[in-house]
Amino acid sequence: MSDTLVDYDEVLTRYEPVIGLETHVELGTESKMFCGCSTTFGAEPNTQTCPVCLGLPGSLPAANAVAIESTIRIGLALGCRIASWSRFARKNYFYPDIPKGFQTSQYDEPLCTAGHLDVEVDGETYRVEIERVHLEEDTGKNLHVGGSTGRIHGADHSLVDYNRAGIPLVEIVTRPIPGAGAKAPEVARAYVTELREILLALGVSEVRMEQGNLRCDVNTSLAPIGSLEWGTRTETKNVNSLRSVERSVRFEMRRQAAVLDAGGRVVQETRHFHEDSGSTSTGRSKEEATDYRYFPEPDLVPIAPDEEWVEKLRAALPELPAARRARLRDEWGISPTEMAWLVNAGAVELVSDTVAAGADPADARKWWLGELARRANDAGTDLGDLAVTPAQVAELIGLVSAGTINDQLARQALDGVLAGEGGPAQVVESRGLAVMGESDELVAAVEAAIEGNPDVADKVRGGKVQAIGALVGAVMKTTRGKADAATVKRMLEERLISS
Amino acid sequence: MSTPSPKGQLTRDEVAHLAHLSRLAVSDEELDLFAGQLAAVLDAVAQVGKADVADVAPTTHAVPMTNVMRADVARPSLARDVVLAGAPAAEDGRFRVPRILGEEQ
Repeated sequence: MSDTLVDYDEVLTRYEPVIGLETHVELGTESKMFCGCSTTFGAEPNTQTCPVCLGLPGSLPAANAVAIESTIRIGLALGCRIASWSRFARKNYFYPDIPKGFQTSQYDEPLCTAGHLDVEVDGETYRVEIERVHLEEDTGKNLHVGGSTGRIHGADHSLVDYNRAGIPLVEIVTRPIPGAGAKAPEVARAYVTELREILLALGVSEVRMEQGNLRCDVNTSLAPIGSLEWGTRTETKNVNSLRSVERSVRFEMRRQAAVLDAGGRVVQETRHFHEDSGSTSTGRSKEEATDYRYFPEPDLVPIAPDEEWVEKLRAALPELPAARRARLRDEWGISPTEMAWLVNAGAVELVSDTVAAGADPADARKWWLGELARRANDAGTDLGDLAVTPAQVAELIGLVSAGTINDQLARQALDGVLAGEGGPAQVVESRGLAVMGESDELVAAVEAAIEGNPDVADKVRGGKVQAIGALVGAVMKTTRGKADAATVKRMLEERLISS
Repeated sequence: MSTPSPKGQLTRDEVAHLAHLSRLAVSDEELDLFAGQLAAVLDAVAQVGKADVADVAPTTHAVPMTNVMRADVARPSLARDVVLAGAPAAEDGRFRVPRILGEEQ
């Protein structure tokens, strides 16, 4: 069954969207939240479990100090108030991926509350209010067997791997975000992007979305323009890429508008996002939502961060991405828009590292946003995954500014580097790419070009100086781009004009 | 959630709800039986309400400690055959469970 959708622009003529995001982040700790099992990704199923994370009778949890500090640091980076008294709570429900019959989470006493994160979309700043940041544990992984697509429907039985069960998981919840209008999908994406940058800067998680380190639940609702009340929201679960965050909001806006246009009512429910079609489908209705019977975890004592502890963590925070971008913008002398291009291309750190390796900022930006972006695009990879390091790019730029190679030869040198032939200087040497000096070979090439194109040569002699370009081109062709165009032009002029 | 009943009583609906949350199959006769029995349990527990606690600070923990934490150090896990030995069924190194009904993950 496919949903009726309203054109996106038309949605905005009648409705105002409100969005909200719940983001789950797997922390990059060595051990699990409440036991010493390893957290390494990709291990054989059920090889990283013990009585604690399997919920065997008599086992007792012990809270991971780094996970608690990481959560407080995330809260501080988001401008949150850090609770002076915080507790874990049991969230009770039955599902095979929860071996204990409850998830150890936090309920009414989270570690961090009331923060905010400013995000920028098309030069405009949107403030996203953070409701809370709390710490809990991840669940195991189910594999459904016997169904046609590995999905639960039609599955014969399921297989469970508890390696992931008990890995520390931080949940970051925004307050509802109104007022983004047509930009709502982009604001949702920009928020997750910026949050990811902060988590990377803090070094608390690898935040690899494709490995499920960072997972988003996206809430979307629509209200008629001018309405005093917000509409009923849906919650799209487990949206696992930045692009999907944006698409899921856009899809829900278009779907809900069609429901409301037809005089219907949006059902408050969880929905599933489908990467292939960019659509969502109905999941569980909130009306039959589980009664979680939260209560304070009796096996763990409260966490009461005193001021000294919190201030020590605050003082040790790294420079955060927004401040870092502002500083680099100043240092590189570029506009916010130019910085936004670098951010969108994922090139800020690459350019920064290239500059640190000795390159001029303008050259570094030109290479990463130009030639290298083109190569990444052609190869269908991210800029950072190209087989060339910032240090090598700096070396390449250095060879160009020293006049050893020109831009065209530099591109050939880059071919060699990307093909694994070594560093730029090595490739220039092995491929013989250095610019030709005024050698006998070059003199011969220049004279051959004049003899081979007598008409053009005559034109130049007769005063049509711009015709010289054709001769330069001929020399560049015979020398396979190794000559320096300015040198060639001067040599031609000496022979055709100055004599 | 069904409407809470007056103190000391428990409705059949409440017992049915609790049974569902606990994944227990309870017959109609048992609903009546357990409603009475659970009400007696609640009454017994309600006696703590008689204690004078005017000068006692609320607590959820018997031990007055905070910030008990463990260093983030990985330690060896159990061997997989040991882990799966306690499972009613296993397949491909995983716990095998019956078909999961309800929510799609």
